[in-house]
Amino acid sequence: MFAFLSDYETLRLTWWVLLGVLLIGFAVTDGFDLGVGALLPFVARIDVERRVAIHTVSATWEGNQVWLVLGGGAIFAAWPALYALSFSGFYLAMFLALLALILRPVAFKYRSKNESPAWRSGWDWALFVGGAVPALIFGVAVGNVLQGVPFHFTDDLRPIYGGTLLDLLNPLALLCGLLSVAMLVAHGAAWLTFKAEGPVAARARAVGVKAALATTALFALGGLLVWAGAFGGYRVVTQLSGDGPSNPLAKEVVTEAGAWLANFRAHPALALVPFIGTMAPLLAAAGFRAGREGLTLLASKLGIACIIATVGLAMFPVILPSSTHPGHALTVFDASSSLATLRNMLIATVVFLPLILAYTAWVYRVLRGKVSERDITAPGSPAY
Amino acid sequence: MTDPLLVDLSRLQFALTAMYHFLFVPLTLGLSILVAMMETVYVMTRRKVWRDMTKFWGLLFGINFAIGVATGLTMEFQFGMNWAYYSHYVGDVFGAPLAIEGLMAFFLEATFVGLFFFGWDKLTALAHCVVTWLMALGTNFSALWILIANGWMQNPVGALFNPDTMRMEVTDFAAVIFNPVAQAKFVHTVSAGYVCGAVFVLGVSAFYILRGRHLELAKRSFAIAAAFGLASALSVVVLGDESGYAITDHQKMKLAAMEAMWHTEPAPAAFTAVGIPDLESRTTRYAVHIPWAMGLIGTRSLTTQIPGITELVEHAQGRIRNGLVAYDALERIKADRTNADARATFARTQQDLGYAQLLKPLIGDPLKATDADIERAAWSTVPHVPSIFFTFRAMVACGFLLIALFGAALWYTAREAGAPRWLFRAALLALPLPWIAIEFGWFVAEFGRQPWIIEGVLPTALATSELGIPSLLITIAGFTLVYGALAVVEVRLMLRAIAKGPETLAEDPAALFPGVGVTKDEARLAAAE
Repeated sequence: MFAFLSDYETLRLTWWVLLGVLLIGFAVTDGFDLGVGALLPFVARIDVERRVAIHTVSATWEGNQVWLVLGGGAIFAAWPALYALSFSGFYLAMFLALLALILRPVAFKYRSKNESPAWRSGWDWALFVGGAVPALIFGVAVGNVLQGVPFHFTDDLRPIYGGTLLDLLNPLALLCGLLSVAMLVAHGAAWLTFKAEGPVAARARAVGVKAALATTALFALGGLLVWAGAFGGYRVVTQLSGDGPSNPLAKEVVTEAGAWLANFRAHPALALVPFIGTMAPLLAAAGFRAGREGLTLLASKLGIACIIATVGLAMFPVILPSSTHPGHALTVFDASSSLATLRNMLIATVVFLPLILAYTAWVYRVLRGKVSERDITAPGSPAY
Repeated sequence: MTDPLLVDLSRLQFALTAMYHFLFVPLTLGLSILVAMMETVYVMTRRKVWRDMTKFWGLLFGINFAIGVATGLTMEFQFGMNWAYYSHYVGDVFGAPLAIEGLMAFFLEATFVGLFFFGWDKLTALAHCVVTWLMALGTNFSALWILIANGWMQNPVGALFNPDTMRMEVTDFAAVIFNPVAQAKFVHTVSAGYVCGAVFVLGVSAFYILRGRHLELAKRSFAIAAAFGLASALSVVVLGDESGYAITDHQKMKLAAMEAMWHTEPAPAAFTAVGIPDLESRTTRYAVHIPWAMGLIGTRSLTTQIPGITELVEHAQGRIRNGLVAYDALERIKADRTNADARATFARTQQDLGYAQLLKPLIGDPLKATDADIERAAWSTVPHVPSIFFTFRAMVACGFLLIALFGAALWYTAREAGAPRWLFRAALLALPLPWIAIEFGWFVAEFGRQPWIIEGVLPTALATSELGIPSLLITIAGFTLVYGALAVVEVRLMLRAIAKGPETLAEDPAALFPGVGVTKDEARLAAAE
C-alpha cells in the first residue's frame, strides 16, 4: 500500500504536483489579499471605506501568506537547485518583491494606530505596493522561466547566473506580469464583492469585470504567442530515468519553438486545463455582472488554478530551462531532493495539510459574514 | 574562486537581517505564552482585570509581531538569494525543517493570530483562550524547527555527501530531528525568549507602578512576570547552550574560544573570569581564574579534559590531510563515474572532505597544498577569540543580573509590604538587558561557528551566490533603510501604546452591547440580564 513511498519516480512526480499545489494555494488564498491591496486606493476612497476593505482580509491574510513562506521552504526542501537558482538569479527582482511584501504586515497593523490622514494614506499606498508589486514580479518571473533563463552549473554544481534585472523586463515577461496582476486584481475584486458591503463592493464589481476580461484576453494572447513560437520552447532529448541521481548535467536539451505545446499535442485531454483557464475568468466576469458573489469567487479561483497549471503542464518535465546551456535545465527527474527527503516531506505534508485546511476552514467559518461600515465604527470594534 | 568581498558582504547582510529579525522573535515567544497564561486566569476566574491584561499585552504583542513576520520573510528567501551554493549543497537536509516549520508551526501561529485579535466577539471566552494557546504553541513549534535547522549547521548529523549529486543528502532524518545540539539550543533559545517577554512585562508594569497608574493591572502583571521570568532565566542558565559544546570538534573550538583557552589544561579546567585575549602571542593577559569552574560548566565532570585551541588546531591539520584524500578521490569520481576504487576511498574519508575545502579560499586548488598551507588552513578554524570571549561574558553577566532582578521581584511581591521603589526602577532600567544578552548569544553561536557555515562540511567562504558586488550593496542599503525606518516606527508606536496605557473595559459588559469587544458568552449573559 505504501510502496509509492519508496518509488523515486512517483515521489518526484508527486512533488512536482505539490509544487503546483503550493503555488496555486498561494495564488488563490494570499492572491486575493494582494488584489485587495492593489485595489485599495481605487475601490475605497474615504477612510471608513478603506477600513471596510482592509477588514475583509485583516484576520486571515496572515495565514494566507504562509502559503508563500511554505512555498519557499518546500521548494528549498524538495527542489533545492530550483530554490538556489531562481532566488539568486532573480536577485534584485526578488529583493523588490520582498521589500513590498515586508511593507504589508506592518501596514495592516500600523495603519490604524494613528488617526492622521497623512499617516493612513501613507500606509494605504504601502498596501498598494505590497499587493501590486509582488503580483507583477511573480508574473514577470514566470514569463522569464517560460523563455529560459541564462544560467549554468560548474562541475561542482555551483549555480552561476548570467542575467541582469533589466533582462527580466522583456515584453513577453511583462505580458505575463500583466496577466498576473489582472488575475489577482480580479480575484481581489471577487473577494471584496463577496465580503464587503456598500460602495466598496460596488466599485470592486465594476473593476472586477474589467480585470476578469483582461485576464482572459492576456492569457489567450499568451497562448497564441506560445503557439506562434514567440516564447521559444525546450525539449529534453535524453530519456530521463525516473530514479536517476539528481544531477542536471547528464542530459541533452534542445531549443525548439513550439515545444511548449508538445504535451498538449501528445495528450489532447490536457487542453481542458488551458481551456478552463480561458473560460473561468469569463464566467467570473458574468458573475460580477449578475451579482453572483459566491460563483464569481469560485470561478476566479478555478481560473487561477488552471492558468498556473497550464504553465506547469506546458513545460513538463522541465521546471527551469537554461537559455545559455539548455542541457543544464532543471527537470522533474534530475533536480529534486533525495528519495528519503521527498518521502519524509510527503509524510509531513499528508499529516499536516489536512489539519491546516481544517482549522483554516474553521477560522473562515467563525469570521463568516459581510463587513459593513457599521462593524467598523461600532464602539470598541477591533477592526484596523 | 568567490570574491572575498562578496563573502563578507553576504555575511554582513545575513547578520544584519537575522539579528534584526531576532530583536522581535524573542519578545513574540515570551509574550505569546504570558498572554495565554493571563487569558487562562481570566477564563478560570472571570475577573475583568485579567481580560484587560490579556488585551493590553496582546496589543503590544501585535505591534511587535507584525515586524517579526515581515522580517521573517527575508529569512525564508535569503538562503536562496544570497547563499545559492549552500542551498544546493545542503538543501536536501536543511530545507526539510524549514518546510516542516511552515506546515506544523507557522500556519498554526499565523492562522490563529488573526482570530486572537478579531475573534473576541465571535467566540466564547474559552474558545478564544484555546485560540490564544494555539497561537502560542505555533510560535514555539516554529522556534523548534528553526533551531533543528540551525542545530544541524552546528552538528551535521544524519547526512552524507553523495558524489553523484555533489551535495549532502539525508541518511537519518530522526538523527537530524533529535540532534542533541538542536535540543540544547531549543531549550536555551526559547527560555531566553520567555525571559525577554517577562522583562518586558516587568519593566512596563514597573513604569506604571512608579507613576501610580493602572495599579491593579500593573501589579498583577509584575507578579506573573516575576515568577515566569525567574523560572525561565534559571532554565536559560541551567539548561544552557553549553551542554551541546562537548559534542563536535568545532563546538569544542567555540568553547575554547569563549574561554580563550589556548592550551589544554589538566581537568578540571579553571574558568577565566576576566582577561584580555591576545591574538599575536596566543595568550590571555591579566587573566583571573576561578579554579575548576570551567571543567564543571563545560563537561559537568571533574575528570573530563577540555581541549585547548592549539591542540584542536593540530587535530584539524590531521583532518585536512585526510580530507585531501577524499577531495582527490572525488575529483577522480568526477572524471570517471565508474571508478570503484575512488568511490571506496571516498566513502572511507568523506567525513573530512569539508576540511580540505578550507584550502580553497586560501589557495584555490586544495590538491596543490603545501605543509605551510595546511597549517594556515588549520589555524583558520579558530574563530576571532577576543570578540567571542567578551560577548560571551557580557551575555552571561546580563543573564545573572536578570536572575537577581527576577529573584528580588518575586521575593518582594510575595510579601505583604510590597516592593520598594528601587526595585521598580531597576526593572525599568533592565529593559534592554535581554536583547543585549540575546544578540550577544546569537553572535557567540554564529560568529563562533566560523569559518564554517556547516561545521566540518562547508566553509562559509564557498557558500554564497555568485552575485555582483553592486547587487549586494543595493540590497544592504535597501534593507538598512527600510528596516531602520520600521524600527523607528515600531518603537514610537510601542511607546505611544505604553504611554496611553490599557483601556480598561467597563465592568458591565452590557454597556458595550451589541457585541463588539466582549466575548460571545458575556454578550449572551448581558442580554439575558
